[in-house]
Amino acid sequence: MWIYEKKLQYPVRVSKCDPYMARLLLEQYGGADGELAAALRYLNQRYTIPDKVIGILNDIGTEEFAHLEMIATMVYKLTKDATPDQLKAAGLADHYVNHDKALFYQNAAGVPWTASYIQAKGDPLADLYEDIAAEEKARATYQWLIDMTDDVDLQDGLKFLREREIVHSTRFREAVEIIKDDRGKKRFF
Amino acid sequence: MENQSKPAVDQRYYELLEKLQMIDFALVELNLFLDTHPDDLKSIEQYNRLAQERIPIVREFQESYGPLMHFGHAYSKFPFEWPQAPWPWQV
Ligand SMILES: [Fe+2]
Repeated sequence: MWIYEKKLQYPVRVSKCDPYMARLLLEQYGGADGELAAALRYLNQRYTIPDKVIGILNDIGTEEFAHLEMIATMVYKLTKDATPDQLKAAGLADHYVNHDKALFYQNAAGVPWTASYIQAKGDPLADLYEDIAAEEKARATYQWLIDMTDDVDLQDGLKFLREREIVHSTRFREAVEIIKDDRGKKRFF
Repeated sequence: MENQSKPAVDQRYYELLEKLQMIDFALVELNLFLDTHPDDLKSIEQYNRLAQERIPIVREFQESYGPLMHFGHAYSKFPFEWPQAPWPWQV
């Protein structure tokens, strides 16, 4: 069960209408290392991972939905006042004719989200290493997105999200150690 | 369609919201840390203290700006306040 809270995890502000930047941000909305993939990856892996690390997968997976909402808010705010001509100039004409200004789970290049972005091997270490890699890739993407804009308000939100990926990666590395310790102990029983 | 019963968001809305976002962020961070460090007593104490501290802020916010949560986790005035704007992406 999930309960919705009517607030963002961190304030999202943008200082101008910028549909081009909105398009780039879709990489973290419906891209391979984006927030949707992250949330679904961790929550799906919960069922078959040892009890000791279910909590961290559950909670990071839940936080990723809060991040997905922040990205959606950025995209929404960056495009809500854009004219069709501005969308066209930003390379969003093909998006506009299909979706108007609706958000769509796709990456910056317009490729729709697919379940093949996420892995579930059933092996705890293989799954956790995948999660660490996903966090590192998301962190890198956030840095490149920050590099692509001069909007300091938008950068502030993106920096928050970049820092969260570092924390998530750290927690997943600790989960790896918890699994390894547990296996070490079992061998002596 | 405008909502007549709810005051428009004002400066205080943002101040209270940000205050709550700060506490709740610390709680998320402590929660994740405790998931992998369940024996860290200091963090558990801090977690419990912040869980207490958020209660009056939530109450104050909801009194003026409506429920933060649905499904029975907050009371409602008349008419039902939950579906009323603003939603988080609109402010
Ligand atoms: Fe993450």
